[in-house]
Amino acid sequence: MNEKKPPAPGFETLAIHAGAAPDPTTGARSTPIYQTTAYVFDEVDQAASLFNLQSYGYLYSRLTNPTVSVLEERLAALEGGRGAVCTASGHAAQMLAFFAFMEPGDQFVSADKLYGGSITQFGKSFKKFGWDVAFADADDPANIRRAITPKTKAVFVESLANPAGAVVDLEAVARIAHDAGLLFIVDNTMATPFLCRPFDWGADLVIHSTTKFLSGHGNAMGGAVIDSGKFDWAKSPKFKSLTEAEPAYHGLRFYETFGDLAFTVHGHAVGLRDLGATMAPLNAFLTITGIETLPLRMERHVANALAVARHLEKHPKVAWVSYAGLASSRYHALAKKYLPKGAGSVFTFGLKGGYAAGVKLVEGVELISHLANVGDTRSLILHPASTTHRQLSEAQQKAAGAGPEVVRVSIGLETVSDIIADLDRALAKS
Amino acid sequence: MGEPLNHDSYSDDYLRGILDRVKTIAMVGASEQWNRPSYFAMKYLQGKGYRVIPVNPRASVPEILGEKVYKNLAEIPGPIDMVDIFRRSEEAEPIVDEAIKQGAPVVWMQIGVRNDEAARKAEAAGMAVVMNRCPKIEYSRLHGELGWSGVNTGIISSKRRKPS
Repeated sequence: MNEKKPPAPGFETLAIHAGAAPDPTTGARSTPIYQTTAYVFDEVDQAASLFNLQSYGYLYSRLTNPTVSVLEERLAALEGGRGAVCTASGHAAQMLAFFAFMEPGDQFVSADKLYGGSITQFGKSFKKFGWDVAFADADDPANIRRAITPKTKAVFVESLANPAGAVVDLEAVARIAHDAGLLFIVDNTMATPFLCRPFDWGADLVIHSTTKFLSGHGNAMGGAVIDSGKFDWAKSPKFKSLTEAEPAYHGLRFYETFGDLAFTVHGHAVGLRDLGATMAPLNAFLTITGIETLPLRMERHVANALAVARHLEKHPKVAWVSYAGLASSRYHALAKKYLPKGAGSVFTFGLKGGYAAGVKLVEGVELISHLANVGDTRSLILHPASTTHRQLSEAQQKAAGAGPEVVRVSIGLETVSDIIADLDRALAKS
Repeated sequence: MGEPLNHDSYSDDYLRGILDRVKTIAMVGASEQWNRPSYFAMKYLQGKGYRVIPVNPRASVPEILGEKVYKNLAEIPGPIDMVDIFRRSEEAEPIVDEAIKQGAPVVWMQIGVRNDEAARKAEAAGMAVVMNRCPKIEYSRLHGELGWSGVNTGIISSKRRKPS
């Protein structure tokens, strides 16, 4: 009576098919862009069931939309999670994740090597909600443990941290978080699920800015929160928004009613309903299309990045290169464990000529684009000290890994010899 | 008899087979309160064409969603295709004993309900067993409905889905 389960589909298959099926009405094979705000009700009783979350269906696109749903299921499948909630941007995803369980006076611990925008969001804007963050240097996971207080609810890290490519010991940090009964949240934007799968190492929620490598073409903003479905929300009274009666849904208890789908349903029915940071259907469509080629693109991104990093490491005008794919990196052993297919394609390097050389380099490149983004098909370059980090003191810049001599690159998919030649030409003039 | 069923990981074919065969479901622990999970599941399954018979000795109303409430499985006249258990795990065994007496071919225990001893008894009596799952969630997952909320259904298919 027992049927054998067929083998699980591979990553490449999921990247193309998960969540998508031919349109039931037209047979359209590509996912249609459902550019609609609302959906008709057949009858009053059906509408009531939808509003009460008793049946599945579409009500209003702030909460759910058929194009966005395809992307959500695809991301959940690629990360090996139970479900996902897409948002307007990566910042909106972080907001929605913490909004699910944080109350005024609560605290979370975050690694201090983060995308600069996240340091500002956590340290400044979250304070307006009464949410406190304690930053800790995750290079030694014991620092995370020391920052935990009775008010702490979660631990947050980037698997592959911006900008210098620091790799976090996910397994060690997961153990510290779970020993304290805390939720472990991992931002996996720079690695993508092709290079790193945080749920395999104990993460409970994974966050993405889909704007970067997932979309991949620098043309669609978006974010996502993916739930492993494995966190026991009832184990501690800290997560009562998911376990206690929700007054806006007539006393419904999300965890009791939806089991391991609780976070995903709550993220739409409460998070998107009240925060309103919904992903646009067109952006979902562009991101779905991008993800179909994610495995191929990531293979080329990391191959090109490694070649460029190796070249720069030998360049006479370059003082140092910080790329976890190089044996010289302090994160190389962690990268081999957590990112066995490659350490991403964003890294920093230092110029012997300091600030002035950095300015000349970013102004001197012809092929590489001078802008503040990562994860594009195009190679990108930035001199943080003269742009994104110029308001900071030199000491603050250095602490953020953005000292005067530092240049950040996001290596794209152009012919690798062209990328290297462009850097060489500009370095010769800097 | 092949190898024993793995209750941590059911195949889609196994669950789909049960949901296709079953027509009449006795729901033990069905609540008359509209905001309880059992009410959600009963209403949804009715909408998909199943007859759901509520069983609840403590119910204070004669009918739930148009169906007469019975005090126990033995009171139900006529055959039952599946017994769906909305009770605590430790209360599952006597319900399974009753289900065996009634000759129900399937016993299904809800999300959070798991009783391996009761399952062993049911399987020894030739019944198909599902534990720690919700028939509403599984039906919608297998019919392409769950995706609306971003849930990973695990379904890969190039076939057009039938509108549900």
